[in-house]
Amino acid sequence: MDKAGESPFMKYLRKDRLPTIFCAGCGNGIAMNTFFKGMEMAEIDFENLILVSGIGCSSRIPGYVECDSLHTTHGRPISFATGIKLANPQHDVAVFSGDGDAAAIGGNHLIHAARRNINITVICINNSIYGMTGGQISPTSPRGSYGTTAPYGALERPFSLSDLVTAAGGTYVARWTTAHPLQLSNAIKKGFLNKGFSFIEVISQCPTYYGRKNRMKSPIEMLKWMKESSILKRKADKMEESELEGKIIVGEFQKKEELEFTDKLCKLLEEQCVTGKPAAVRSAYQGD
Amino acid sequence: MITVNENLCKGCNLCTEFCPRQVYEQTDKLNKKGVHVPVPVNEEKCKKCGLCALMCPDQAIKVDEKDEE
Repeated sequence: MDKAGESPFMKYLRKDRLPTIFCAGCGNGIAMNTFFKGMEMAEIDFENLILVSGIGCSSRIPGYVECDSLHTTHGRPISFATGIKLANPQHDVAVFSGDGDAAAIGGNHLIHAARRNINITVICINNSIYGMTGGQISPTSPRGSYGTTAPYGALERPFSLSDLVTAAGGTYVARWTTAHPLQLSNAIKKGFLNKGFSFIEVISQCPTYYGRKNRMKSPIEMLKWMKESSILKRKADKMEESELEGKIIVGEFQKKEELEFTDKLCKLLEEQCVTGKPAAVRSAYQGD
Repeated sequence: MITVNENLCKGCNLCTEFCPRQVYEQTDKLNKKGVHVPVPVNEEKCKKCGLCALMCPDQAIKVDEKDEE
């Protein structure tokens, strides 16, 4: 097909890898589109961007994007991103991560990056199930939802990742679903512009596993369910906990300003360096 | 003008459902993978909001800003 008929986001993708490996109607594609839109809105230089991902369906996204990217070990993308950011503070670093990657195996890395307030943007695509491995219950599966490992419904309380990161001290935290693409791209823009740890939780659909196990076979049904059951944070704050059972609270969870970790570290190095030139940080690519 | 890239479309039909003006329709047209490709039958209704291009998980849709004659 000629260039005229290409999607506006095609210029960021590796065309030889397309079509993507994702199932029909997967939310990862929508998250990818909204990421590009948010990036355009924040006027981020695409050449200056580094994407990091771990293991999972959503972590395959950086493989399709034509920028510097790193596909790392399971649960550790935020640690790798911390290293990249500290060595090259001038780059914009974004992490694509799933719920299994960020909440289950990499939960500690997530909360400590939030505590540290390092300037990276984490996009956590939360589809409430382990989609890649066959539909097992994940830490974010809603109570009572079905999965391969929960034929009678999940018994545990799900993790609210946005509340977790808010409590750990992330400076920009927002949650939207893939049924709200415009609000989501706006949140990604704000996450990029925020100087500090930004966490954007994308509630996404997995029609193949979550949908099939929970009587929502098509992506359309899943998106409709997400649209209907989502409720704005402002409204949810005034409601009782029992009323919010089964609802998805969306909106901005936290937006505050705080000193950023790389700034603090660079300042410390400049102050403490006796040779007059800080060596450990910012030295790798400067040719000095 | 709306273009749907048949090679990329996987037939999830999110565009047929979430277009606010019902521009797309599911048809019997098949692509080479046997997927029912949506066709923008009511293109004159389109207001070029670009929601379909943003919602398409497979980057198959392009909505031109201006109509080229």
